[in-house]
Amino acid sequence: MTDGYHIVVCGSVVPDPLQTLEPIETPTGPALKNEMMLPAVLDPWAAHALYEAANLASKVTGSKVWLVSVGPKAKLQQVMMTIAQRVSFELVPVDSSASGFADAHSTAALLAETIQSIAGLDRSRLLVFGGWESASRGAGATMQLVGERLEILDQFQGVDQLSVQADGSFEVLERIEAGRHQVSVCQGPPALFGWATGNLPEPRNNPQVGMANMRTVMPALQRAKSEPLPAGGLHFLSATPPKQQRQTRVVKDLSPEQIAQEIAEWIGK
Amino acid sequence: MSRSILFLAHVAEDGNTLPKVSYEVLGAALKLTKQLGARLTIGLIGEDVTAAAETVAAAGADRMLAVAGPDFATARYASDAAAAEALCRAAGAELILAPATSRFMRVLPGVAHRLKGCVDTHVTALEANTIDGELHATRWHYRQRIEAVIRRDARPWIVLLESGCEAAWADTERTGAPAAAKVEEIPVTLPKAATRTVVSGIRAPKSDAQTIRPDANLLLVAGAGWTKKQADGKTHVDQAETLILDFLRASGASLGGSKSLVDQSGDQSGESQAVLGFMTHLNQVGQTGATPRHPKGLSTCCHGEEPHVVGWRFINERRAVNLDPNCGWARGKADVLYVADAFEVMAKLNALLGQRSRTSPEEPMMKATVNPL
Repeated sequence: MTDGYHIVVCGSVVPDPLQTLEPIETPTGPALKNEMMLPAVLDPWAAHALYEAANLASKVTGSKVWLVSVGPKAKLQQVMMTIAQRVSFELVPVDSSASGFADAHSTAALLAETIQSIAGLDRSRLLVFGGWESASRGAGATMQLVGERLEILDQFQGVDQLSVQADGSFEVLERIEAGRHQVSVCQGPPALFGWATGNLPEPRNNPQVGMANMRTVMPALQRAKSEPLPAGGLHFLSATPPKQQRQTRVVKDLSPEQIAQEIAEWIGK
Repeated sequence: MSRSILFLAHVAEDGNTLPKVSYEVLGAALKLTKQLGARLTIGLIGEDVTAAAETVAAAGADRMLAVAGPDFATARYASDAAAAEALCRAAGAELILAPATSRFMRVLPGVAHRLKGCVDTHVTALEANTIDGELHATRWHYRQRIEAVIRRDARPWIVLLESGCEAAWADTERTGAPAAAKVEEIPVTLPKAATRTVVSGIRAPKSDAQTIRPDANLLLVAGAGWTKKQADGKTHVDQAETLILDFLRASGASLGGSKSLVDQSGDQSGESQAVLGFMTHLNQVGQTGATPRHPKGLSTCCHGEEPHVVGWRFINERRAVNLDPNCGWARGKADVLYVADAFEVMAKLNALLGQRSRTSPEEPMMKATVNPL
């Protein structure tokens, strides 16, 4: 068995999904209009990864969770006020862009470099968690690039379940096509897991956890180093919201029988 | 300008073909090869690629390479990465096109790093500029809410193409048996560290019925309205379950659910909330779920504005049944909005579909097939 896992969760902030997003042109490429004004949340899949990490750490004595987050310091601070109340972790912030237009390769390089700089991190106990995609870039590539830079060969994406077996191995369920899961058994750390939804509900706010976290979160944010994110040879020729507006035919005066008849004919075509 | 293109694919679960989307990507690769005057190499991964190679032997590739053997039968990151890396290096291509299957989505970003190249996933179009041959890729950002066209300086450039974006290549010239493929096998020996993970099988979701069918012609999107109080002031979840499952069976449609409905199923707060038993997060479509691609979509009891509507952004023909004529899910997004009670409409629709299948049992309303991988 293990002395506990060192779980590093990669996750950043994204605009609240309910906000209207409008792209604008800037000298450095596309960005969102009023990006810094938009309310932010922790990326949904990264949040699942964080909750799963905290759950695993709570079950295995000696485990510790770090949250490595690359994003604008002000936004990170705003989001941490909520997230820090849910589960225990140590924040490792990097003041940089969390834009969905940032290059996955550049973001991965910065994440890997930051993970490697965490003092006391034990590779033989290392589990790297993150969302399998983000709600901003949606590349589904960043975690694999981080894993390669950390020389982790056991990688899993679209993870919905991670179970530690009696011999210390992991059983992993990854999403594949047609709503199924691929089942794998991995011998143990180091390993990387890009989480899908998982199975855990969102933890309730716990003010005591929040107070304990904030003792380290605020100083960490103050110390956060500012890092530019290079474009990495990625050029945007355009970025536009979908404009297609359909001319919806609104049918109000048909009976259920008539509607069913019309739909049946339509799907049978 | 890319003068050498590698079409990369893995063998499907049946062991005899490639996943359906692979033939679409091959179609795109052949189109670009012609436009750019490039050389095309086909690279295959699998336990035994012989039968799958024959299905693309007539595509006219300059070379066909393969990494094969028991180590490459299943979708494991370490072995797939080693195989794909070896194929990419052997082909020496500047552009590598691959299908966005779960197997390749897992592994090809890492391969791009090993090759000191770059990768883009979820690409929906890849076109060569007619003047200078520069490649432009189209992909979505912010979960299908902003569409961008990009280009990359770095090479090799690995591009994973989504399904439904290109016409599939088909061996239309063939009249007899498939052509024998001349395959060059690339030897790959895995280090011990690459075998720490063992794929032990495939598990279907906890569900009474198979409700996710990527190749179905129709997507039924069920919204939270199904579990809300109806006109009589009561919920009718059992009836909703029966109506939806009956429709899926009769039509062969795939099932998607809105986040609010799916979250109800996963809610462990202890509060009593009626849920649809077969609905899981795997069914979720939308901003934080899947954006499936089907020719037709029928939404029922769905509500919400733009962020939720992305769940059926890639559905071509859309119809909605909803009690609210001004609902943002349908207005301007659907081709037809039926203002009606979905319970009543679906009951009548199921009866009609059942009647038709009884009168012509050999011709179901819609043929449902399941994507093997």
